[in-house]
Amino acid sequence: MKSIKAKKIIDTVADLCVKANCVLRQDLLRKLKSVYNQEKNIRAKKALGAIIENARIARKEKLAICQDTGLPIVFVELGQEVRITGDFKKAVLRGIELGYKRGNFRESIIRDPLQRGKPAYKGAIVHIDITRGSKLKLTVLPKGFGCENKSQLKMFNPTAPLKEIKDFIVNAVKSSGADACPPYILGVGIGGSADYAGFLAKVALLKNINAKRTAFERDLEREIGKLHIGPMGFGGKVTCLAIKIESYPTHIAGLPVALNLSCHALRSASATL
Amino acid sequence: MKKIISPLSQKDILVLRAGDEVLLSGYIYTARDQAHKRMLENLGRGKGTRRELPFDIKNAVIYYCGPAKTPKGKVIGSCGPTTSKRMDAFTPFLLRKGLKGMIGKGSRSKDVRMLIKKYKAIYFLAPAGCGALISRCVKKVRPVAYPDLGPEAILRLEVKDFPLIVGIDAQGRSVYRF
Repeated sequence: MKSIKAKKIIDTVADLCVKANCVLRQDLLRKLKSVYNQEKNIRAKKALGAIIENARIARKEKLAICQDTGLPIVFVELGQEVRITGDFKKAVLRGIELGYKRGNFRESIIRDPLQRGKPAYKGAIVHIDITRGSKLKLTVLPKGFGCENKSQLKMFNPTAPLKEIKDFIVNAVKSSGADACPPYILGVGIGGSADYAGFLAKVALLKNINAKRTAFERDLEREIGKLHIGPMGFGGKVTCLAIKIESYPTHIAGLPVALNLSCHALRSASATL
Repeated sequence: MKKIISPLSQKDILVLRAGDEVLLSGYIYTARDQAHKRMLENLGRGKGTRRELPFDIKNAVIYYCGPAKTPKGKVIGSCGPTTSKRMDAFTPFLLRKGLKGMIGKGSRSKDVRMLIKKYKAIYFLAPAGCGALISRCVKKVRPVAYPDLGPEAILRLEVKDFPLIVGIDAQGRSVYRF
């Protein structure tokens, strides 16, 4: 049995908030640089150049990559051999608040979705999964809402042809146009239930965006490329930097498909204790 | 690249075309969802409520932005644009009141585009998702109204050479082709 103090969790989560918001993911930066080098459309190339330069400034000056430091989503993989001393969930939420304060990030969360009111840091979403072993893995994904707003869920018929699913995803990107900071990264969740498909779509955004693609992912990328939205909506080659699909068993009567759109500033950071 | 000053002059706007790159200097006002809603509510109400906008809107530029907090030693934190479309419902009213320019990201409704043409106004695109980069153009910040809205409060920003692209020009043409 391994023991981890709540204090350690607070500190780790706080550090992850700062890292995720100020240091662009390496896989993403690599991809952006590679599409920058290939881009011929001048306006699109300039837009990509600004995105890369912004990441450099943010990292150097410890500024948030984007002022929308998002709704923090925390993914916890808690090994069953780990014993936490103190209040685990409180520690995670405290870590978020501390990290956001330390980073001078924006207070973007309002307590009551209908009454609204003054925004603050309280209200992060925490997903907890119990795993084997004696490790605790913490991941913070600050999700901006310009792109979260473009997310969609559709419950397809189980007999729906693949093309219908493809059209649904392509049309979701098309209707987002330039509103949600393209080039986009698409997280797609297929299967499970309505809520679980949405969760899978978010989890998909944590995958390495340069990892080997499936045939379906490649196919979708090609179709979305034909939309020619491009960086900041200025056309050019790249509308979508990557598509990541997560699937799960589902019911004989259904085929849930959820799409979670991310802007070009896809941010996340992980640590294992 | 053209340099223009805010508050805007009609002459400067008329020569700009969708897709032109400009460097904007001068004063601009941040306002996003809740600030827009409140500006209109305050004006729409009857006796006893303030019937004025919290700043002089004549030829003014509104920046759809809610900045991050200001780190020590900096003028402002990360301060990129938010999605303009959400402000479309409020825009006709402000254009009628004299608003001349808007800065944001993404497309606008057809209604707004037609009104931009009617009032010979202009809509600019700021580098979306590049809040750290943009923060360097902000030289001074002054709170103007609604501090209870936190990051959605109205601020007056003094900017220098804010790099923008004309999204919709005074003729109602859009830079987007989709």
